Amino acid sequence: MATEALKIEHIDAFYGDSHVLHGVSLSLKEGQVLALLGRNGAGKTTCISSIIGLVAPRNGTISLFGETISGLPPETISRTGVGLVPQGRRIFPSLTVKENLVIARQRESDDPKSWNLQRIFGLFPRLEERQQQLAGSLSGGEQQMLALGRALMGNPRVLLLDEPSEGLAPLIVAEVGRTIALLKQEGQSIILVEQNSNLALSLADDVMILNTGRVVFSGPASEVIGNDALITQHLGIFHGH
Amino acid sequence: MKQISGAIFLALLCVFPLFAGDFYINLASQILIAAIFAMSLNLLVGYGGLTSLGHASFLGFAAYASAWFTTQMGLGVGTAAVASIVATMVMAGLFGMIALRATGLGFLMITLALSQVLWGLAYRWVAVTNGDNGMSGLARPAPFGISLDSGANYYWFTLVVFVVAYWLMAIFVSSAFGSALRGTRDQARRMSALGHEVWMIRWITFIYAGFWGAVSGLLYVYYTKYIHPSSLSITASAEGLLSVIAGGSGTLGGPLVGSALLIILKNYASAYVERWNMLLGFVFLFIVLVLPEGIVPGLKRIFSRRQGGQS
Repeated sequence: MATEALKIEHIDAFYGDSHVLHGVSLSLKEGQVLALLGRNGAGKTTCISSIIGLVAPRNGTISLFGETISGLPPETISRTGVGLVPQGRRIFPSLTVKENLVIARQRESDDPKSWNLQRIFGLFPRLEERQQQLAGSLSGGEQQMLALGRALMGNPRVLLLDEPSEGLAPLIVAEVGRTIALLKQEGQSIILVEQNSNLALSLADDVMILNTGRVVFSGPASEVIGNDALITQHLGIFHGH
Repeated sequence: MKQISGAIFLALLCVFPLFAGDFYINLASQILIAAIFAMSLNLLVGYGGLTSLGHASFLGFAAYASAWFTTQMGLGVGTAAVASIVATMVMAGLFGMIALRATGLGFLMITLALSQVLWGLAYRWVAVTNGDNGMSGLARPAPFGISLDSGANYYWFTLVVFVVAYWLMAIFVSSAFGSALRGTRDQARRMSALGHEVWMIRWITFIYAGFWGAVSGLLYVYYTKYIHPSSLSITASAEGLLSVIAGGSGTLGGPLVGSALLIILKNYASAYVERWNMLLGFVFLFIVLVLPEGIVPGLKRIFSRRQGGQS
């Protein structure tokens, strides 16, 4: 049995008075990809924000490799080994590509698999070509690669990807998919939030579906693929009448 | 190309006193002092996204501290300078703890309030500050036995400090720490999600800006040999902020250009035009309308567009 990289137990999250997450639990095994699916407003991003500490869950615990991280400030959680590729990419537009990467440098080791500038540039040659350019002048796809590279520079033990395919052309989406597959091959533990369930299901080992802040399905990806009833009911985008 | 023009400019600054009269030499000293002040404020405003309306606190406090240490405590000018800078940095540390509880307008209001407290003290605590009469009878330092009493010597002294200040602040903003600082300006939440302590980055910058503010305060008090509460006033803070914005915030050269414009208008134009404040207003209005990003980035934009059009 693989060890649990990230575990969420019964968390409740609020924005002011509105109750967004209701007793959500999840478990990510080391080296696997967990896809977090659901409609807009289902609570996927809130779930990610709770893990990184930008939203403080009111009840329940979150642990990284057995170590409790809920309640810690985001900078501490990040240093413990959680990397985030935020929704909408959120690169630093007035910093150069290289500066965007360098400020995220953390937890570097002698391991040949440890991420550093050279390895990021090897993974995304486009970023190397444009390293002196202001990140705000990159295309959407390049910004997504930069956001991914920036998260990897922190050598995360768990990588959180919040809608990496959002707003990208199909060719770029495929490239993002290939990159995630490559990271998975290297043994990176990943939580992948997606609206694009085809992409997510092609990469995920396990799937969790959220609906209005509650877990409505949790299980292996194979149980979701081909289960039209489940997809229609909770994701409801492909098979509408 | 950039380095060559920079070197030529610096050489011109060095030989300037050889062919200029005392009035212009003194004007140039004032510009350099104001530029160090504006550059230190620019660290907060331009690179940190923290608009302060109380930066004169550092200039005024260091100036008063130096005056007090030399006249009341009998310290030498050099010792007093070090003590004043240290005291100002401690104060910056405390002010930063209070002001950095907020960003944006809140930060602006707190820095303004804190500087007004100092201004009030300078006016009312007559036993220490001599109130509205100010403190006079101050001396300039004499590094390596060289008297700085002549305008030209003092100009060269100021120029050396200016070059060092410019160089060290340039290193500061282009370092990894500087990138992190600009990151907190762009997306503070992202920076914390990347493992940076945003508050600490801002606090260190605040103290560093306070350090250079103190240096400009010392140069100022040596220059005037006199200190008055008005150097702690909101007008002094606002003039620094105007210089930064007019010259181009978040650029290295902007504060120098903005300060030069302000000091020249203030000293030179006021000799010919009685309502020079109005003239100042019009100039800034013009800048805001035509070069909203400031003179240095604005001219760069126009220049590069010209070049792009020709090729």
